[in-house]
Amino acid sequence: MAEKVLMKGNEAVAEAAIMAGCRCFFGYPITPQNEIPEYMSRRMPEVGGVFLQAESEVAGSNMVYGAACAGARVMTTSSSPGISLMQEAISYMAGAELPCVVVNIVRGGPGLGGIQGAQSDYFQATKGGGHGDYRLLVLGPSTVQELVDLTMEGFDLADLYRNPVMVLGDAILGQMMEPVEMRERPKRDLPPKTWATMGAAGRQKNIITSLYLDPAKLEKHNLHLAEKYGRMAAEQVRYSAYMTEDADVVLVAYGTTARIARAALDRARERELKVGLFRPISLWPFPYDALAAATTGAAHVLVVEMSLGQMVEDVRLSLGETKPVHFYGRTGGMTPSPREILDEIVKIVERGA
Amino acid sequence: MHEEVVFAGFGGQGVLLMGQLVTYAGMMEGRNVTWMPSYGPEMRGGTANCGVVVSKEEIASPLVSEPTSVVAMNRPSLEKFQGMVRQGGLIIYNSSLVDVEPARNDVRVLAVPANEIANELGDVRVANMVALGAFLGATGVVSVDTVLQALKKVLPERRHGLIPLNQKALARGMELAAALKAG
Repeated sequence: MAEKVLMKGNEAVAEAAIMAGCRCFFGYPITPQNEIPEYMSRRMPEVGGVFLQAESEVAGSNMVYGAACAGARVMTTSSSPGISLMQEAISYMAGAELPCVVVNIVRGGPGLGGIQGAQSDYFQATKGGGHGDYRLLVLGPSTVQELVDLTMEGFDLADLYRNPVMVLGDAILGQMMEPVEMRERPKRDLPPKTWATMGAAGRQKNIITSLYLDPAKLEKHNLHLAEKYGRMAAEQVRYSAYMTEDADVVLVAYGTTARIARAALDRARERELKVGLFRPISLWPFPYDALAAATTGAAHVLVVEMSLGQMVEDVRLSLGETKPVHFYGRTGGMTPSPREILDEIVKIVERGA
Repeated sequence: MHEEVVFAGFGGQGVLLMGQLVTYAGMMEGRNVTWMPSYGPEMRGGTANCGVVVSKEEIASPLVSEPTSVVAMNRPSLEKFQGMVRQGGLIIYNSSLVDVEPARNDVRVLAVPANEIANELGDVRVANMVALGAFLGATGVVSVDTVLQALKKVLPERRHGLIPLNQKALARGMELAAALKAG
């Protein structure tokens, strides 16, 4: 077991990427994720990698496209407004099937918004922020350790599926310090990057593109992508369920909000209220079936988010009309407190009884 | 054992470092810990604070909304955070800079003339360590020895010459907490 070190979430993401073999980082500064490029600017030269501060997020994300074409393990990171600027390149990379990791340390929006933590980029991340029929694998960590583990995993998954992977954090996770074990991962057997453009000596040329002017060919390409997304959806569902077995009310929350919800759950249990917590870890693919299974015995579901209600739509897709799905959210960089969530639980229980 | 602490003051007083030392020490003593800074358009002279959780249990929320202790290094911090402290909790305030009394009578209160003591020691910059010593003395969340070990890890090596001064400042704070406990 590696020794535990105390690290900020942002620094931990950067080191995790290095440990996962990432040797190219392109980005542009934006609060609240500036510790990532700062760390990379120091660390990349030490490991023989490339750190480049681009002139904009648009440029940085297209540098990611280029490095991914050449078969590099590459990452960019930003926060909400910066991620919006990257959507064109993300769509192109999805179309050209280029593996990369994009980390969004989400802040309040819309527009320039604010700099405190939020979860209001869920739609953008999971429903396609750019154009076209495409999907990203979206992972939502809730501790610094999980941020590290999922970032490392993200590089493998990107290579496995030839697809961009997004790690959806938030400003709280990025700014907080927590002990973390920087453990080496077992090496996964990944397909060789025979498609990469690394010099064509002795073989046929590779072409990486997202341009298909013949609609029949483009449809075929989309169907190929859809088949891949189907595999991703079948193979990469991740979630955790806590005390859901006997729960009357199941909380559903991801990321930092899941931790706050857990604090509310502890207080509710002290009052002998039967409350559980379901935490999606993969936000795409969303754990529709697992959520339905974990809430079979529950009378109510309460979704808590740092937004005015985005993931709640997936919860409703999962549960349909089987039971009431309630929602509580704070937004704009405000965070729900355990007490506020507990008040909502009590309201639901009293109304239900 | 579950402590949620807010360290608050103005930028430059070293409140983030106070929190980091407790967090580091907590980790070294095998506890679960989290540290969350306030951040934003803040600068030297503006307000700064951090929330620290030290617990035997797995830490659910890293956000401190109902602290067991508040350490306020200036008056705006005392005014901002005193109302949040749990009943029976602790307020430590820097009486060198705070010219009002805390408005709570359901918590323990410790007045620490941190700047005066730091000045006596020869460097006002260790006022934070005086207050931290008082906090450690009053709560025992982590031991002062572990905090000293943490200091060695947190301070860059070229600054290790400052450790004896910091140690003295911590000790003065501890004494103050002990005296007030006994009194």
